[in-house]
Amino acid sequence: MTLMGDQSLFQRLHIDLPLLLGITVLCSLGLVTLYSAGGMDTGILMRQCGRLILAFALLLVFTQISPAQLARLSFWLYLAGVVLLIVVLVAGDIGKGARRWLDLGFLRFQPSELMKLAVPMVVAWYSSERSLPPGIWRMLAACLLVTVPVLLICKQPDLGTALLVGMAGFSVLFVAGINWKLLSGMIITAAMSTPVLWYFMHDYQRKRVLTFLDPDQDPLGAGYHIIQSTIAIGSGGIYGKGWLNGTQSHLEFLPERSTDFIFSVFCEEFGFMGVLLLSSLYLFIIGRGLYMAMNAQETYGRLLGSGLVLTFFVYIFVNMGMVAGQLPVVGVPLPLVSQGGTSMVTLMISFGMLMSIHSHRRLLSG
Amino acid sequence: MPQKYTLTDTRQEYHLIRNRIIVSGVIICLLILSLLARIFYLQVVRHDHFTTLSRHNRVKIQPLVPMRGLIFSRDKVLLADNRPSFSLEIVPEQVKDLDQLFQDLGGVISINAQDIARFRTELSKHRRFDSIPLRFNLSEEEVASVSVNRYRYPGVDIVARLSRYYPLVANIAHVVGYVGMIDEPELKELDASNYRGTTHIGKLGVEKAYEDILHGTVGYQQVEVNAQGRVIRVLDRVPPIAGQNITLSLDVALQNLAVELLENRRGAIVAIDPRDGSVLALVSAPGYDPNQFVNGIAPASYKMLLSSPDAPLLNRALRGQYPPGSTIKPFFGLAALANGYRTPAAETWCPGWFRLPGKERKYRDWKKGGHGHTNLQNAIAQSCDVYFYNLAVDMGIDELSHALWNFGFGRRTGIDIGGESTGLVPSREWKKNVLGQAWYPGETVNVGIGQGSLLVTPVQLATAVAMMANRGRAIIPHLLDQASSLTAPEENRPLSDKSTDLQRQAMDRYYDEIINAMGEVVQGARGSARASGRDAPYRYAGKTGTAQVIGLPEDELEAEKKEVDVEFRDHALFIAFAPVENPVIALTIIVEHGGGGSSTAAPIARKLLDFHLLKSTNVENDADG
Repeated sequence: MTLMGDQSLFQRLHIDLPLLLGITVLCSLGLVTLYSAGGMDTGILMRQCGRLILAFALLLVFTQISPAQLARLSFWLYLAGVVLLIVVLVAGDIGKGARRWLDLGFLRFQPSELMKLAVPMVVAWYSSERSLPPGIWRMLAACLLVTVPVLLICKQPDLGTALLVGMAGFSVLFVAGINWKLLSGMIITAAMSTPVLWYFMHDYQRKRVLTFLDPDQDPLGAGYHIIQSTIAIGSGGIYGKGWLNGTQSHLEFLPERSTDFIFSVFCEEFGFMGVLLLSSLYLFIIGRGLYMAMNAQETYGRLLGSGLVLTFFVYIFVNMGMVAGQLPVVGVPLPLVSQGGTSMVTLMISFGMLMSIHSHRRLLSG
Repeated sequence: MPQKYTLTDTRQEYHLIRNRIIVSGVIICLLILSLLARIFYLQVVRHDHFTTLSRHNRVKIQPLVPMRGLIFSRDKVLLADNRPSFSLEIVPEQVKDLDQLFQDLGGVISINAQDIARFRTELSKHRRFDSIPLRFNLSEEEVASVSVNRYRYPGVDIVARLSRYYPLVANIAHVVGYVGMIDEPELKELDASNYRGTTHIGKLGVEKAYEDILHGTVGYQQVEVNAQGRVIRVLDRVPPIAGQNITLSLDVALQNLAVELLENRRGAIVAIDPRDGSVLALVSAPGYDPNQFVNGIAPASYKMLLSSPDAPLLNRALRGQYPPGSTIKPFFGLAALANGYRTPAAETWCPGWFRLPGKERKYRDWKKGGHGHTNLQNAIAQSCDVYFYNLAVDMGIDELSHALWNFGFGRRTGIDIGGESTGLVPSREWKKNVLGQAWYPGETVNVGIGQGSLLVTPVQLATAVAMMANRGRAIIPHLLDQASSLTAPEENRPLSDKSTDLQRQAMDRYYDEIINAMGEVVQGARGSARASGRDAPYRYAGKTGTAQVIGLPEDELEAEKKEVDVEFRDHALFIAFAPVENPVIALTIIVEHGGGGSSTAAPIARKLLDFHLLKSTNVENDADG
């Protein structure tokens, strides 16, 4: 039996080659940066490779699940996620001062991570039940679907994840055609509620906001990261100090330099040219992702796909903005570059879903 | 739902979603652009500013090394001190040409090839901005001349550190040991975060055994440093927790006297308080200067120590393995009584020699004419060999090695500083397993007078003497003063008393018999050490020993030669404890190639006992009163 044309292998695996290429190049660049940021520790590098392989395997698994199956799964996954979030609040393990982990005996995982996928899925599913754009009541109901898990995650407290989950839900709503008036109303409400939010914030969260507004106020505590990070970025210049030569980032002042603050290592060593290259890579992945989402056949697929891509962007923007001193310090990793497995697995799964959404369309139309 | 409606609806939805996605794309591009603008501002517009900041105004986190705990003796003498010493350190990152710098510095202070070699090894292990020591122990003149010229050498700094110093030098070297620079294998085993900035670690003796207690907990400080890497100001500080001071059971006055009495001869002296196992003195002579190891010993000096025939680095008290000679006789005597091989009154005929039935070879007694009819007490007091040749043959090697084992020979005593040897208690199994040969009866005869393959360490012998003084109660010798609030690390904590069959079996009267015999040795009319025991104001028990050196030609004619080379002269041994009624000190003295135990070792014991008892009785009376 002959192969069914040159596209058949990737076609049958539901893999999108341009997107895969972009991800691969990005991950390679990430490993190169991590080697330097991790203090040239091959152990760290090997563990990261292990996580990458696992995440790629999950990507492959999720490309096999059709959008229709995902849609059917959406609500139940969401429901399970909410229940688990409540369980975590009641009986979760405390790590680094926050209740985020659920110990299942054989594995520990963060239900909030599951919500990064389940929330856009459920909003896409709920919105695509009826014709778009949704009416005002359906809109508000969808908002509620997003708000409940976000508040639960805030309570843990895990501001970074709450932000990402919230943005994932609202980006789906935005693509689904949320009323501009409603949107502006929500933004104004959010701005108005800031003092209320302030009241409910933990001390360390307030400190982060204050520090963001004036890093020099607290040069040793929370402002320390931002000051040192901007020095690292600024001293990189146009061409950078060269790989493994970042003096600022190799000093011990940056405790999170292989995780949340890896971007400042990258900026110092590769300079503005490196930043342009990295941004182009991210833009390419985002562009390709949005194109794929736009050309999906089903409304559910389009909404979910674009929601996932927009979330990916939020990751990038929040992390880079934080490292560059434009946004408050929130614990969000630089996607596919920072050391760590949890967000990488979620991201790869979302890329798997994206590929599935795109590829299953072509199969149906062909 | 009508098909047509759905289709138009879908098309509308497609357009809606497409528009929204395009809007999102535009927003994303704008946001990315704003981000790029910010980074452009930082990296291009304000590059010079940040470069200056990065070069000139770094904030560093420095570990603060805890002060190492001091070591005192029981008489409150400082055995291990921390003294300020100045070292010259270099931050490689700030030096353009290291070779040139070494040359320049060499004109100001002395720097040898070894310093440079060590610096280069350290260089490969550290990052470029870490400060690495080049020279330790700078003299005040050197500090002054470097300081005056410091502006010429960016990246060079004089750093004040606390350096370990052992004021008693060689006298306590084998007890306290020394600290030295942390080496590669140690680096892998220790708790890396607590040893950040720590350069030295206990290598030997008490310094090694109680490292955990002495080291303390590291602290940190955040400092602002300038372009030369010098600290401008301290921003934040978590102080280190100093290591705890420890007090040893060692009596330095006794220790010093013991060293003095050995008069530079090779040997070992161990004194233990039999009541609780406190080590009062532990001398291995000759000693060495532990201070030269602290900052790395010069290869030439090290070679000299290693190749010296005196083997000063060998801890003879713990690792020296000697035939016990006649000092083993009281222990065999006790075993003979306890196991019914002899009664106190039973006599053996000593013609001056012994011959195994049916064999040609004569085993000689030290006294040519023999001791005549000898009972156990006389046999110990006059150290009759023939009595013990006979006894050994009667008991057999199995019973002999069992008796030795019960007194703790052939195994480690468990003293709280490591490195002791096990000695060797010969047995049939040992000979079969190790040498692959059968046991010969002739060997049993030799073991009977503490010769043959029997080997003991001085600390083992002292521990056994303490057990004898305690009438069977075993102790574990220890150097850490139990009175102090500290507890020994788990692995060094004395095990529960080694209770033995012998201890339960041997009745008090057997002990009385043997201890009386040992009293006769020093205070009896015909005791082998009566000369040194004369007029003692207290009752004490002792036993002389003269051990043939291994490798001594067995040729009898040779042994009878009057003038023997020092190397082939016998080891002189003496064991003692006092006072007999209520023993507070148990002693072992070994003088290598010292000749006779009675002439060389016994007088040393008397002086030590006099010193310890006459001094400490006063103290104790005061305390009691």
